[in-house]
Amino acid sequence: MVRVRVPTPLRKFTQGADEVSAEGNTVRALMEDLERQFPGIKERICDETGKVRRFVNVYVNGDDIRFLQNLETSIGEGDNISIVPAIAGGR
Amino acid sequence: MAKPIMAQRSFVQRAAELKKVESVLDLVGDTPLVEIRKLTRGLPSGVRIFAKLEGCNPGGSVKDRPALKMIREGIQSGKLSPGKTIIDSTSGNTGIALALIGRILGYPVELVIPSNVSTERKRIITAFGARIIYSDPLEGSDGAIRHCWKILEKEPEKYFKPDQYFNPMNVQAHYETTGPEVYRQTQGEVTHFVAGIGTGGTIMGTGRYLKEKNPKIRIIAVEPDDALHGLEGLKHMASSIVPGIYHEEELDQKINVSTEAAYAMVYRLSQEEGLLVGQSSGAAMHAVLGIAKQLQWGTIVTVFPDFGDKYLSTNLWIGWREKMSVGDLQFSI
Repeated sequence: MVRVRVPTPLRKFTQGADEVSAEGNTVRALMEDLERQFPGIKERICDETGKVRRFVNVYVNGDDIRFLQNLETSIGEGDNISIVPAIAGGR
Repeated sequence: MAKPIMAQRSFVQRAAELKKVESVLDLVGDTPLVEIRKLTRGLPSGVRIFAKLEGCNPGGSVKDRPALKMIREGIQSGKLSPGKTIIDSTSGNTGIALALIGRILGYPVELVIPSNVSTERKRIITAFGARIIYSDPLEGSDGAIRHCWKILEKEPEKYFKPDQYFNPMNVQAHYETTGPEVYRQTQGEVTHFVAGIGTGGTIMGTGRYLKEKNPKIRIIAVEPDDALHGLEGLKHMASSIVPGIYHEEELDQKINVSTEAAYAMVYRLSQEEGLLVGQSSGAAMHAVLGIAKQLQWGTIVTVFPDFGDKYLSTNLWIGWREKMSVGDLQFSI
């Protein structure tokens, strides 16, 4: 079980929670578990081919998964996951 | 064949127009309007599209206009006086403008910025000597707004906050400069004005001026199609703190643009028009083409808020070649 930090634009799926618990040995499995718990959230993070959308960054313990093994990045008990919009809106 | 709006100027005429100024601040505004000629293939010849290149401002974006107006009004009204520090929340371009202007006029500048703004923006702000206070990237620009309010509550006497989201001078800057420039540069032939919404200053101020000149000119705003988007600088109003200067009832239309569509247009603008611009320009251009396809005649003017050099390190350029078939420059999206 790991903690996942959720950005403001996705909190409508988590009933307003800024942090949720989820399971999975990899980021891919984690995404599936998030979708099971919060239907609709995965398609906001991943595109139709399953890749993380370019304007979303997923961090495992502060490291961008694009520089690790992407969706196959391993996750262990106690890891900290953050889903962060790649940019900030609003000038 | 549509009649040309701007005749070719001679070298002598152009040289005579080159500015000699006392301060870099005198270079704010009077940005060029360039016709978009290749992306418009297939459109009726009576439809013409122009983009105002706001990246030509000295701070590199449209935000030089409202930042300068808000600071000058602050000084005139006495709200900004020697010894005070300028502070505001921003996702970048306003921060660059305030850092530049503060440096020239001798005021320290502190900026609250979500830590996920582009590296280039942070570096430019730092290079002007301004102090950056980072806010939680998960909270976006609204998080920066709230963080800035907290800082102000603690030391209200220390700071002057231009407050771009609520300061009417933001709108006034565009009413006094961008609007008249668009009208003059098109010799009054503009029929549609299209701009993205960040604070709403550009669309509100320019729109008001153009409506006064000709109520038939349509004012059309562009915003991201979802709360989670990749269009730096633009706001998804339904999920955001709505700026006090933004009055949706003054718009004729609002168009939602997806991040992917905007990114694709950024690539097309660089490849086909030779214009390397930011994501918000791509979003505006995508909306403009949608409008243009429904017209038989018209002159559409849009704003390209900045150039693309500030985004070269961002995810915008990840895998962009996969999105197009290189060679004949045909795009797959």
